[in-house]
Amino acid sequence: MRARGVIQLALLAFLALAALMVAVPPVRAVDAQGPAADAKAFRDYFVSKFPKVKLEDFVNGPYSMNEDMRRQWEEKEQFPPYEFALEAGREMFSKPFGNGKTYADCFPNGGIGIRQNYPYFDAKEGKVVTLELALNRCREVNGEAPYSYLKDEMASLTAYMAFTSRGKPFDIKIPDDPRALAAYENGKRYFYTRRGQLNFSCAGCHVQAPGERLRAETWRPRSASSTRCRSIVPNGAAWAPQADASSPATARPARYRSSRNPTNIAISNIICPT
Amino acid sequence: MNGTTGMISMALLAAGLLTSSMPAVAASEADFKAAFAAAEAAEKEAGGLRNQWTTTESALAAAKKAAAVGDFDSATASAKEAEALARASVFQATSEKERWRDLEIH
Repeated sequence: MRARGVIQLALLAFLALAALMVAVPPVRAVDAQGPAADAKAFRDYFVSKFPKVKLEDFVNGPYSMNEDMRRQWEEKEQFPPYEFALEAGREMFSKPFGNGKTYADCFPNGGIGIRQNYPYFDAKEGKVVTLELALNRCREVNGEAPYSYLKDEMASLTAYMAFTSRGKPFDIKIPDDPRALAAYENGKRYFYTRRGQLNFSCAGCHVQAPGERLRAETWRPRSASSTRCRSIVPNGAAWAPQADASSPATARPARYRSSRNPTNIAISNIICPT
Repeated sequence: MNGTTGMISMALLAAGLLTSSMPAVAASEADFKAAFAAAEAAEKEAGGLRNQWTTTESALAAAKKAAAVGDFDSATASAKEAEALARASVFQATSEKERWRDLEIH
């Protein structure tokens, strides 16, 4: 479980950087082959692949490249189907712990509008801290049991917090610290490594196949999303509670969903460039 | 996908699956135990590489289930399938230690 957490955190660090390339300019170049160079390569790759998509629109994923989908999304946003989860998250966030304190006591700015700053590298601890980890630490410090990273409570809670950050671009910093860079490299390796019976990697879908279709869905480019960037993109873009929060994609490192899952079978029909 | 790697991987898998599905004389409990032990060993190796597949686990479970009711033909076939899957996952984990860089954007 501990090892799984380390991988998850490392992956988050890498994915967060991918979001950075669209949201804000790289903070600084750590080295020629490091995060800043990777961010530039990502940007160049996707801009070249989708020349008609404006840079600032990549964050809207498939909605940036399909007019019909965009229209449907905008209409859906008028009566968002995810409001129930946001409301649940808001109630959870506001409800005091047994000792009378709340989540707001654990975070800067009372936990409102801060989602874009996670994950961050804690130099004191020497590790990456995700929002989910910070939330569970807050719970534990206040005498509450931590939430599962895979279930609805964490999803709703982080969805609410992310919602309060709408319009704020990610601001993830990767310090020039060997431990931070090691975490970044771990995440990068995880992102590109193929695994599972069908031999897929994260990159296989989100780098090689964006714009392609998987049944009714269109793959979004990696540049358009980190683990949860849809929750906080400018202009109030889409948010999908179950898809974004608790992020199963980053929470199942060693074992994967059954390849007998019909979704996976459909994926196998996609021809990826070599 | 790296063509050579993928082809070798798939060939290994296909060979394993083909072997497991070939008709043969009725399997005994001893056959099952040998096949299951081999599958478990391969799966353990995959575990050491942090690359166990759910399909392998399913095949192992199916093998156990069939053996429990005395269907050693099915049990042995499932165990062999599990071993083939586990070996493929080991191959994948080993080759991906370096191969992942082939997909990297530069």
